[in-house]
Amino acid sequence: MFDRFNENKNCLIKIEFDGTVLDALEGEMVASVLMAAGIMNFRDAPVSNTPRGPYCMMGVCFECLVEIDGVGHQQACLVPVRSGMSIKREKAKRLISDDLVC
Amino acid sequence: MTLCVDVVIIGAGPAGMSASNMIHEYGGRAVILDEQSEPGGQIYKAIDRVMRDRPNELSWLGSAYHDGARLTKKFRSQAKDYQPGSMVWHIECRNLDGLYNIFYSQAGVSKKIETKYIVIATGAMERPVPIPGWTLPGVMTVGAVQSVLKNSGMYPSGKLVLAGAGPLVLQLASQLIGAGISILAILDTSPKGSFLKALRHFPRALFAGDYLYKGWNLTNKIMQSNIKVYRNVTELNASGDGRLQNLSFKVNETKHCLKADTLALHEGILPNVQLTRLLDLEHVWSPRQRSFSPVVNSWGETSLSGVFVVGDGAGVSGARTAEYSGAIAGIIILERLEYIKESQRDLIIEDRKFRRLLDEGIRPFLDTLFPAPERIGEVPDKTIICRCEEITAAEIREVVKKGCSGPNQAKAFLRCGMGICQGRMCGTSVTEVMSKALEKKPADVGAFRVRPPIKPLSLEEIVTLNDN
Amino acid sequence: MTSDFIVIGGGLVGAAVSYGLLKLGATVTILDEGDTAFRASRGNFGLVWVQSKGDGMHEYATWSRESSDLWPNFAELLVEETGINVGHHRPGGLELCLDEAEYMDFENSINRMHNQPNVAENGRRMISGDEVRRMEPSVGPEVVGASYCPYDGIVNPLYTLRALHQKCIESGLIYRPDHEVKKIIPQIRGFKIITNEGYFLSDKVILAAGNGNKALGEFVGLDIPTGPERGHIVVTERTSPLFNYVLGAIRQTDEGTVMLGATKENVGFDSGFNFEMAAKIIDKAVRKIPALKKLRMIRSWSALRIMSPDGFPIYEESSNFPGAFVITCHSGVTLAAAHALKLAPELLGNDFNGKFNAFSPKRFDVR
Repeated sequence: MFDRFNENKNCLIKIEFDGTVLDALEGEMVASVLMAAGIMNFRDAPVSNTPRGPYCMMGVCFECLVEIDGVGHQQACLVPVRSGMSIKREKAKRLISDDLVC
Repeated sequence: MTLCVDVVIIGAGPAGMSASNMIHEYGGRAVILDEQSEPGGQIYKAIDRVMRDRPNELSWLGSAYHDGARLTKKFRSQAKDYQPGSMVWHIECRNLDGLYNIFYSQAGVSKKIETKYIVIATGAMERPVPIPGWTLPGVMTVGAVQSVLKNSGMYPSGKLVLAGAGPLVLQLASQLIGAGISILAILDTSPKGSFLKALRHFPRALFAGDYLYKGWNLTNKIMQSNIKVYRNVTELNASGDGRLQNLSFKVNETKHCLKADTLALHEGILPNVQLTRLLDLEHVWSPRQRSFSPVVNSWGETSLSGVFVVGDGAGVSGARTAEYSGAIAGIIILERLEYIKESQRDLIIEDRKFRRLLDEGIRPFLDTLFPAPERIGEVPDKTIICRCEEITAAEIREVVKKGCSGPNQAKAFLRCGMGICQGRMCGTSVTEVMSKALEKKPADVGAFRVRPPIKPLSLEEIVTLNDN
Repeated sequence: MTSDFIVIGGGLVGAAVSYGLLKLGATVTILDEGDTAFRASRGNFGLVWVQSKGDGMHEYATWSRESSDLWPNFAELLVEETGINVGHHRPGGLELCLDEAEYMDFENSINRMHNQPNVAENGRRMISGDEVRRMEPSVGPEVVGASYCPYDGIVNPLYTLRALHQKCIESGLIYRPDHEVKKIIPQIRGFKIITNEGYFLSDKVILAAGNGNKALGEFVGLDIPTGPERGHIVVTERTSPLFNYVLGAIRQTDEGTVMLGATKENVGFDSGFNFEMAAKIIDKAVRKIPALKKLRMIRSWSALRIMSPDGFPIYEESSNFPGAFVITCHSGVTLAAAHALKLAPELLGNDFNGKFNAFSPKRFDVR
């Protein structure tokens, strides 16, 4: 869990995480915004199904992977927020089977 | 239509920015590809935005951080081909014409660029610190907490514990103290007697005396605060139900337990070798820093002509040395492209080399004061080494018993290092664990091979690459 | 150090043969190269494949089918002996065709193989695009048909190698990695093998060193006309189970990753990565299975196959130096069961060349 030093600032950017609207400031990374909202559990590990969250915050550990606007496996620590972003928690193995029947 | 350029610099930290600044200073041009959305690298992360939006935070983020603005200002004004958000995923050597193809991805679209020279300035990463329970959400690195602090002006709001050893631990603690954020405890893992051993290197360190002064100040600040500091900490364990809740550790055979929400680990930093391994360059093991780094000459060039590695990626030496090395590589390239004369080149190089020599004076002292941990090869059996594929130290030791002789065979037998992080998080630890189990030197054990792409990308992106 | 057999090469061929020999009570030493040697056994695709094997040599078709039939029990044996599940499945295989020419090629191959005398029937038949899509709903509209064979299967080749190594070592194998063989000296009785780490003695020596065999063969009067052929493989992230069948160059592992293959290049001893090749593999794969587009590629590699002039295995005991054998093929996975359970016992007998007459390299002299 993280807090902002300056909560008074106008958080002009709204993003969505699994249906919940979160406030963010320009320049903040998706991972930071989730953690500031108390979300530490970003995804389930594919082997043991146990929860994982950010470890390195610099793009090397691949623990903060989330789905952003329909694209899976995005490193939330490297992606700055954009207004209207829709973010989803990732399950252990991504399902692409819904798209399979052509 | 592929773009062909003179120079591509990969990374916009102190080394990359400095190379770019030098090249542009004398009329050259370089394309800068950086994974992050702003220049500064890890050390000067978000410096420009902090100055613009949160200038009051600069006082406790510190002068070393503020110093980065000097580089970013020049960099932004000169580097017209700076491309933030560009993730390089493959470099191809072309044998026919000696050029290099660089493949990179921007916002989900991949492109290719041809270049004569490459400056790899991809810096370092923190040494992954395998301890039991380190995959729990809430267990992070010291650098990670600092990164959130710089980038987003946020701090851990619950019970925070810092554990490990190294200048970065002191720096983060001091920043948090300055910001009025409470730290529950600092667990110092540096072995007894390090200070006495380090004194031997004190005279040389005086040539970079400002570091000593800063370090002294940081240490004082922590001692004057009422943060509980445990020294000689061993057997650190993290546990909890779905997130970090409890820590246990030993101090001189006495067991201690703490409740914690965030644990920030740190045991020094390692060169980021993904690109240099991908290029199959020769790497050497540094027993002092316990890490592999690519072999480069005094101006940063590797065994591949035209490929330079500068900054911490060529061996950890800090931001200022990185800046000098970046400038040296830049000036060599300028001369080869005939922007400047040889005599002019040598003058600038001598100046930067001299300053670099003074700056590097602190390294032996620091590396002895905060020695790279030897215990990673001896972590408890149940500790997860490969976080992606969840392979424990016990499993690695077991295949060694059954004849497995190196990291690449272990990868094949266990899937260790085959996961989504592509071996970044377990590579060094696998070498360490196998080194102990095989009773061989890490240098002889070797390391994982690195294959493209060095970061995952969608199959669609590759199929459409040639359309871009 | 003396043993009944020295096996040069610790890949799938050497390990399978050693496994069989140790089971029969022989003493075996494997001399292997180091961690970064060219290793076909670490770079292969993991098919236990029948349908395309033996077009032009019916004995090879029969041998492949025999191994495929041995595999279920072999896999069970390995899990009992080592606890390692090598992930063998035999769901049947589909080779998807993207155009009529490819379809015709497969159809012709079926006819040729069917007409070979004494060939083991493999149940292979051509099926239409619509039937393929009924069997495998993920197949895209560009696919015009497929060659289907019910005996095709898959196995995890890395776990197979690990299980073989583990069982061999538990059965008394002397395993020596980082031992590069410099020279083989035939003795009055047996062989002296010189390595960079000293010499070893044995009654018999087996060359199972893949592309290294060619040079080693010269020491014991064996002419082994093999060469390297580079293949690329691309691997994706893990995903939920996608397929009912094995799709030739597209296979999903038990872990959920999808492997895409396979290219053929003659580039000598170079296991480097060629981006154009990877792009070709991916392009074909997403045309066959469009949903794959969404998956992320996490790794790729290339490895060197061991190809004989006709693509079939070479098995031979040296006539000048009896007791020296060569065993080489590019299907170390498919044939692992046969090598362990059928071929190894013949190494202890006295009519090896009689049993494997068809696989003798003498077939290349005929012309």
